[in-house]
Amino acid sequence: MKVVHYINQFFAGIGGEEKADVKPEMREGVVGPGMALQAALKPEAEIVATIICGDSYFNENIDEAKATILEMVKQHDPDLFIAGPAFNAGRYGVAAGTIAAAVQEELGIPALSGMYVENPGADMFKKDVLMVSTRDSAAGMRDAVKKMAPLAKKLLAGEELGSPEDEGYMARGVRKNLFRDDRGSKRAVDMLIKKLAGEEFETEFPMPEFDRVEPSPAIKDITKAKIALVTSGGIVPKGNPDRIESSSASKYGKYDIDGWTDLTEDNAETAHGGYDPVYANQDADRVLPVDVLRQMEKDGKIGELHRYFYTTVGNGTAVASSKGFAKEIGAELVADGVDAVILTST
Amino acid sequence: MVKEIERTGLPVVHMCTVVPISLTVGANRIIPTVAIPHPLGNPAIEKKDEVTLRRKLVERALKALETEVSDQTVFED
Repeated sequence: MKVVHYINQFFAGIGGEEKADVKPEMREGVVGPGMALQAALKPEAEIVATIICGDSYFNENIDEAKATILEMVKQHDPDLFIAGPAFNAGRYGVAAGTIAAAVQEELGIPALSGMYVENPGADMFKKDVLMVSTRDSAAGMRDAVKKMAPLAKKLLAGEELGSPEDEGYMARGVRKNLFRDDRGSKRAVDMLIKKLAGEEFETEFPMPEFDRVEPSPAIKDITKAKIALVTSGGIVPKGNPDRIESSSASKYGKYDIDGWTDLTEDNAETAHGGYDPVYANQDADRVLPVDVLRQMEKDGKIGELHRYFYTTVGNGTAVASSKGFAKEIGAELVADGVDAVILTST
Repeated sequence: MVKEIERTGLPVVHMCTVVPISLTVGANRIIPTVAIPHPLGNPAIEKKDEVTLRRKLVERALKALETEVSDQTVFED
C-alpha cells in the first residue's frame, strides 16, 4: 500500500520563517517526520513520496497551492494521504487540513492529519478529515505517530474505526447506531439522578458549540469616530519594553502613540516569532497602520486615532489567554470612548 | 480576540491575509490583506506606492465599519 505524506518547510529541514514562502515540491520517499511514521506503518504501507510546501506560500496562495499539490498526489495514486502532524502551528494546520480535505474530496483518497486541538485548522476541518489530537509542540511527535499509525492502518485496511476517545482522533460529529444494555429511559433517569446528586455524568449527545458574536452596529459617521488599533502581529515599541513573548504570549501591551506620526525601524519592531520579522522591523506600519491613520486624522477622514494601541503575539497563544486579553482590552476601549476597532493579524 | 472585543458592542474590522482563519475565529467584518509578514504593505514596491496601497486598505476597513452587516462579511475590492 502506498502513502503520500505532506509536511511544511520547517519539518523538511528547508528553513524557518524566512523560508515559509517556498512553493510546493515533491521528493521520493520519506523526509523528516516521515521516518518515524514510516517505521510505524511497516510492513503494511510505505511512504512513497513526500510533498513539502512553505506555510506562508500555502496560506497566501491557497488555490494555486492546492491545485499543484493535488497534481503531485495524483502522480503516485496513493492508497492514503497523511498531512502533518502540525501540532499548534496555525498556518501548517490550516494547510494540512485544507490539502487533506481536498485529496479526499477531489481524488477520493482517504486522508489523515493530526494537530493540537486549538490549531485553527482543527476547527476548520475536523468534521471532514480524520484528525488525531496531538500535543501543542513537536515534542509530542512520538505520541502523535503512535496514534496516527494505527489509524492509518485501519484506513488502509478499510476497517471500522472505534470511538474518538478510544482511538485518539477528534470527534467528527458522526452518529452511529449501537445497542446498549439499558434502554434510553433508564439511562436518562440515571443521568438525571447523577446530575441531581452533583456527580459527574457523560452526556450521550454533546451539544455543538456555536460561539458566534452578532455583528455590532455600523458607525454612522466615521469622520467623527474615535478609532483604536489592536494587533495580534506583535508590534511593540523598539526594544519590546514589556518583553512580550515571541510565542505562547502570556500578556499583551498597551502603548501610548500620542504624537507618533510614523512607525520606523528606530521606534518600533515586532515581537512575533511566527512570521519572518524582516518587513515589520523595517517598517511596522506594514502591520499596524499608524502612519495612514494619523494622516487621515489630520485630513478629517476619521475623528481621532485612539491614543493607545494594544498588541500581543498571536503565535501558539492559548485561546483562553487571547480571550482574557481581549476582554480586558474591550472593556478599556469602551471606557475610553472608542467607537470602532481595527484589528490586524499576520 | 476579534470576537471578545466585538462582544462589548464595538464594531471590529479584522484585517488579515488568511481569510479562512478569520472566518473560523468569528470575525464579522473582514478585509483580506497583502501577505502574512506584511499584511498592510509590500516591500517590493516604492515606499510612496506602498503608502497608497496601505491607505486603500485602511479606507476599505473604514468603509466596512460604516457598513451594516447581519453576518460574516468579507469586503473584497
